[in-house]
Amino acid sequence: MSGYSPLYLRSRLYYVLLAASGLVALAGMFAVYLMEHHGHIITGMNNQVVWGLPHVFAIFLIVAASGVLNVASIGSVFGKAMYKARAPMASLLSVAMLAGGLAVLMLDLGRPDRLIVAATNINLTSVFAWNVVLYTGMFSLIVIYLWTMMERRMNGWNKPAGLAVFVWRFILTTGTGLIFAFLTARQAYGSAILPPMFIVLSFAWGLAVFHLVQAATYAWNERQHDPAVIERTKHLLGIFVIGSLYLVAVYHLTNLYFAQQVGFVRFILIEGGIYPALFWLGYIVVGNLVPLGLIYWPGRKTNCVAASVLVIVGAFALLYVFIIGGQAYPLDIFPGFAASSSFGDGQIASYSPSIYEFLLGFGGLAIAFILTAVGVHIFNFMPQD
Amino acid sequence: MNINDLRRRNFLKTSIGTAAVAIAPGFLLFDIAHGKAQAVSGKVRWGMLIDTAQCQEGCSDCVTACNKENGLSGGTSATDSQWIRKVEIKDISSGRKVSLPMMCQHCEHPPCVDVCPTNASFKRADGIVLVDRHRCIGCRYCMMACPYKARSFVHEPLTDQNPDVPRGKGTVESCTLCVHRIDKGQQPACVESCTNKAILFGDLNNPDSEIAKKIRTVASVQVRASLGLNTGVRYQGI
Repeated sequence: MSGYSPLYLRSRLYYVLLAASGLVALAGMFAVYLMEHHGHIITGMNNQVVWGLPHVFAIFLIVAASGVLNVASIGSVFGKAMYKARAPMASLLSVAMLAGGLAVLMLDLGRPDRLIVAATNINLTSVFAWNVVLYTGMFSLIVIYLWTMMERRMNGWNKPAGLAVFVWRFILTTGTGLIFAFLTARQAYGSAILPPMFIVLSFAWGLAVFHLVQAATYAWNERQHDPAVIERTKHLLGIFVIGSLYLVAVYHLTNLYFAQQVGFVRFILIEGGIYPALFWLGYIVVGNLVPLGLIYWPGRKTNCVAASVLVIVGAFALLYVFIIGGQAYPLDIFPGFAASSSFGDGQIASYSPSIYEFLLGFGGLAIAFILTAVGVHIFNFMPQD
Repeated sequence: MNINDLRRRNFLKTSIGTAAVAIAPGFLLFDIAHGKAQAVSGKVRWGMLIDTAQCQEGCSDCVTACNKENGLSGGTSATDSQWIRKVEIKDISSGRKVSLPMMCQHCEHPPCVDVCPTNASFKRADGIVLVDRHRCIGCRYCMMACPYKARSFVHEPLTDQNPDVPRGKGTVESCTLCVHRIDKGQQPACVESCTNKAILFGDLNNPDSEIAKKIRTVASVQVRASLGLNTGVRYQGI
């Protein structure tokens, strides 16, 4: 890294944003304190929709954390110099997002004070417990990988370390997908396509986040981005967006083919109010069609940043539909019967996120932002082309 | 005996005395908490057979008894705990109506136990599925995994708990089959409260028990049998 030029952060915006995100993270901590004190009653979550908005934020951050490493993998595993110059920044971003996502996940627990219980009692049949191992392993591997890049004597180990990170993050995102894929009891989940779907989604979301961070750091350093670099990474984003759209389509089409699942698909894609609206407008139009138009429309200058922002907006829309919509649709406990009870049987569950869930979720984003912004500053991870 | 020996003896006496004073209350509390020294037997499998023909629509005696026994508020808002609930089902094609109680089905292969990251959800040797409230971290993954929606999350601080049934804010809970009553040789509260005798409780593994005999002679089903969980609660008439 010694050959890198020093970073000049002349932009006042950098410090303003850093302070602002510090406040957002503090607000998140305050929300956690209130949730701890009053219980989850102050959130919108209930006994029917047990995972809410915090999980949308956490899963976005964790999935994108894995995907952002693509940039590092293309550099270290496939030997592309342009991507290799960006590997340190991508690795830092990955650690930061993983930390932000895990913070949200942990602080949303009913008993976050029992973290030590989770660390010392591992149930080998629980995919959640596997994920505890996968996340800590990911942190360690990325730190080793960064070390092989930053310490000249370790440079020889860079390729094996890059390969280890490459393999590990596939397993990690498979683990994230399996959290849902193993839920055979629920119509929305329990599908083997979910792990690969999450992997391809991670490619698109991770690259979109990377584009934003890269554009921001270039702007703060008053440096011009090489148009050839933008051109290439832009096309990569386009391919990832198309790939993820394909897998999401297959997920819904396979559901549509099973007669027992038709009710659920109708709910999530047509009749479910907020959920189809978010799916079609938020995910399909804003998160896919518009970014693809921005990337591939002939004869116009591409706005890669706008496309990336929209892909991220689409990601949140899709996760909201997938996680909340999937729980809102009632369990089919008695097939062939219409059910009703005092516990929401046979009824669409209602959920409206409270301010505290938003604060916690944005707190996680803020943690990821602070770690990235400070890290880029301290370690001088600006790409050197 | 020199002065050193005396000191040593006195030290030993004081130490043993202090240790005894420190440990004794633990033993006493163990006794007060009705702790049983011997482990439960894996030869027994507790279960229930619910005759829906005897279960009356609109009757919720079992729910009331459960709430009273286990110190639940009895509220039915979306954030209130409901360990047992009355479900009214109607055959979509024929219109036939059935009323039945729904609670933890005490599966032989419980999905909640599989997914619990900390082993807080566990199955006792006698087939009762429970949550260890000291280990539960409140992740709610078991609630996502349960095919019967049998579990509730404690959303608020609790007061006036039944000492036999510890509960806790931020943890997940469900029907314990009134394990504290079973361990005293009694029947679960819902079974005892049912005036129509719609719920039969007993040892599924004992071929001479009333429940085993009845299951051999009448048609009964496990709810969502296709999942292969081998539930301990079975239903007649659906």
